Amino acid sequence: MIKTGAQILWECLEHEGVTHVFGYPGGAILPAYDALKHSKIHHVLVRHEQGATHMADGYARASGQTGVAVATSGPGATNMVTGIATAMLDSSPIVCITGQVGSKLIGSDAFQETDITGITLPITKHNYLVTRADELARTMREAFYVARSGRPGPVLVDITKDAQQSSCEFDWEAAKPQLPGYRPDLSPAPKEYEKALELIHSSKRPVILLGHGAIVSGAMREVRDLAERTGIPVALTLLGLGALPASHPLNLGMMGMHGEAWVNHTIQEADLLIALGMRFDDRVTGNLKTYAPNAKKIHVEIDPAEINKNVKVDVALVGDLREVLHAMLPKIESLDRSDWLDFIDRLKGDSAVRDIQNLPDSGHLYAAHVINDLWREARGSNTVVVTDVGQHQMWEAQYYKHEEPRSLITSGGLGTMGFALPAAIGVKVARPEAEVWVVVGDGGFQMTMCELATIVQENLKINIAIINNGFLGMVRQWQEFFYDRNYQATPLLNPDFAKVAEAYGIRNATVTQRSQVVPTVQAARQHDGAVLINFHVEQEDTVYPMVAAGAALHEMIRRPSPIVETAADE
Amino acid sequence: MMNTFVVYVENKPGVLTRVASLFRRRAFNIDSLTVGRTEKPEVSRMTITVDADHDQARRIEANLYKLVNVLLVENITTEPAIVRDLAMIKVAATHEARSHVLELASVFRARVVDVAPESLIIEITGGEDKIDGLLEVLRPYGVLEMVRTGIVAMRRGNKSSLALSSSEEPAQATAEDDLSQSV
Repeated sequence: MIKTGAQILWECLEHEGVTHVFGYPGGAILPAYDALKHSKIHHVLVRHEQGATHMADGYARASGQTGVAVATSGPGATNMVTGIATAMLDSSPIVCITGQVGSKLIGSDAFQETDITGITLPITKHNYLVTRADELARTMREAFYVARSGRPGPVLVDITKDAQQSSCEFDWEAAKPQLPGYRPDLSPAPKEYEKALELIHSSKRPVILLGHGAIVSGAMREVRDLAERTGIPVALTLLGLGALPASHPLNLGMMGMHGEAWVNHTIQEADLLIALGMRFDDRVTGNLKTYAPNAKKIHVEIDPAEINKNVKVDVALVGDLREVLHAMLPKIESLDRSDWLDFIDRLKGDSAVRDIQNLPDSGHLYAAHVINDLWREARGSNTVVVTDVGQHQMWEAQYYKHEEPRSLITSGGLGTMGFALPAAIGVKVARPEAEVWVVVGDGGFQMTMCELATIVQENLKINIAIINNGFLGMVRQWQEFFYDRNYQATPLLNPDFAKVAEAYGIRNATVTQRSQVVPTVQAARQHDGAVLINFHVEQEDTVYPMVAAGAALHEMIRRPSPIVETAADE
Repeated sequence: MMNTFVVYVENKPGVLTRVASLFRRRAFNIDSLTVGRTEKPEVSRMTITVDADHDQARRIEANLYKLVNVLLVENITTEPAIVRDLAMIKVAATHEARSHVLELASVFRARVVDVAPESLIIEITGGEDKIDGLLEVLRPYGVLEMVRTGIVAMRRGNKSSLALSSSEEPAQATAEDDLSQSV
């Protein structure tokens, strides 16, 4: 059947199962928007193209499906760059569609022309420039396949205006992907399995390091089986939180720069690290020279380029985590590791972060209080917390106990401030039945708060908790520790966020006392529209423990003793 | 150490940029990169030399495979292979010097491809060492201009990467190969 490129575009998206796209129109993508009226796809109009990419990303992370963002050429496309890089670093499958000037004009510096395939080359898994309608169907199929298969990631498809306007025969079935060099399905050699099993069975002090790959691969059950049958404790990366329930007895908690002290000590004492779907990021390892010095390492990872990149490993199992564990589990022998677990328990008893609930209510409102109270009120299998980047993100990771995969959505690798609010829109669109909480700092909120309009326009029930300390808190913390308390450019003069919400017609509240936290959260949950709560928290609070950049993992800056003494009931 | 990769890629626009960008992005310094057609019209072949240790070389290979348009990567650094560079050297050759220059060219089995009253262009093919050797002995006469293609490489024997080879002939070293290794 003869169709225009614009019609083919939407039909391809429908074939890929897309129901929602996040976008912003403009000249070079107008033919596609014109054809939207014939499509069943719901278009969410954003306020900035960066927001569209974060929404597609949030959609993908919450659902496991591929998210789609649409923008025009030039500035529309370049505004997507931050969101694409965010998705790349966190292996999130999104497809970004951009309009491009007519193919005859390419290279002429035409109005709103930019080389977006060149710009996004290093931050996409792959990208395409489509100049003819008859290339579109195959390209779209390839784009979705590449985005979601193997190690997922963003794919950008740049479509010239004439390719959208011209017509050709459309046959989706016939337009099969042609990717002769693309091999997403790798599996380890049998002898690698044997080596791994030998190490696991002979180890006395093993730890599983669990990352985002477990969630992407859907290997939660297999990971749990492995841990339970071997009695091996599990430490999680930030993006791995939820892959094993926080309440599971073998779950140690988060590792790394702001991980719990006992987790980092456990890793340093281990004789075997079993890394599952994680990539030994510098925020997780600290100084590589002193990282887990006595441990052998097994790395199960889908991306061969991650093997021996940061940490040299003894056995590499390259493949899909779930499939690898499936193959391994029948040969796993159960072993008694109670000595090791007892040792870790003693580490815990000695260095556990004091229960924040016991901190005295001296008139101060601590961010950790807010998050811990939020967890007590809102926890449930259908609650998703979307965090931004900074202190509040780390407190959330420490004090909100995630039981389910995909219940924490956060920008890990790129650390993108401004991620939370738009990503939460994507989460809510993907999972309308979920209770969605945005936990965001006052700095990051102001980077993308224009998307409040999108929330209202789409009538989305999203709860926003601003952890407002009047500072770029994490940067201030670094200045406190490493720059002699020279608070350059970190104090923020903020608007009244309640009035901002008011202007958008969003219900709002301002909280300054601990006693107000629970009732305000309860009221927010009962309201059937969006709610914004402005929590005025302690201004110069600090995330503990902290491994300074470049320090050894066990060399942590700990909470100073006065607070510990008042908090501890020893 | 210097590693030699043979990389087969889809013959499509922009693929060279993707490969070059990868080396830049991962902070590996390309020493030489050549690209050209192969026996299959849809496939281009690159020969890339890059200074890297063993682990880095493996990561380069793995990262190349992450490029969707890359079909096959071979690290032939330690394998028996024919490695060739081509150079054109314009050398000053006045009347007195001319016969000496021609003699040197013939010792190196180089060809004179242009003769002008005051200069000659010498074309030489061979391993990089051989070309460096000729260059060294020509320098005193005055090298006016020099261009090299960068190396291309092919494994010896009937092993063929793309399984296209029907040749069953055993590997045979030619006289010129011996020269390239000895000079």
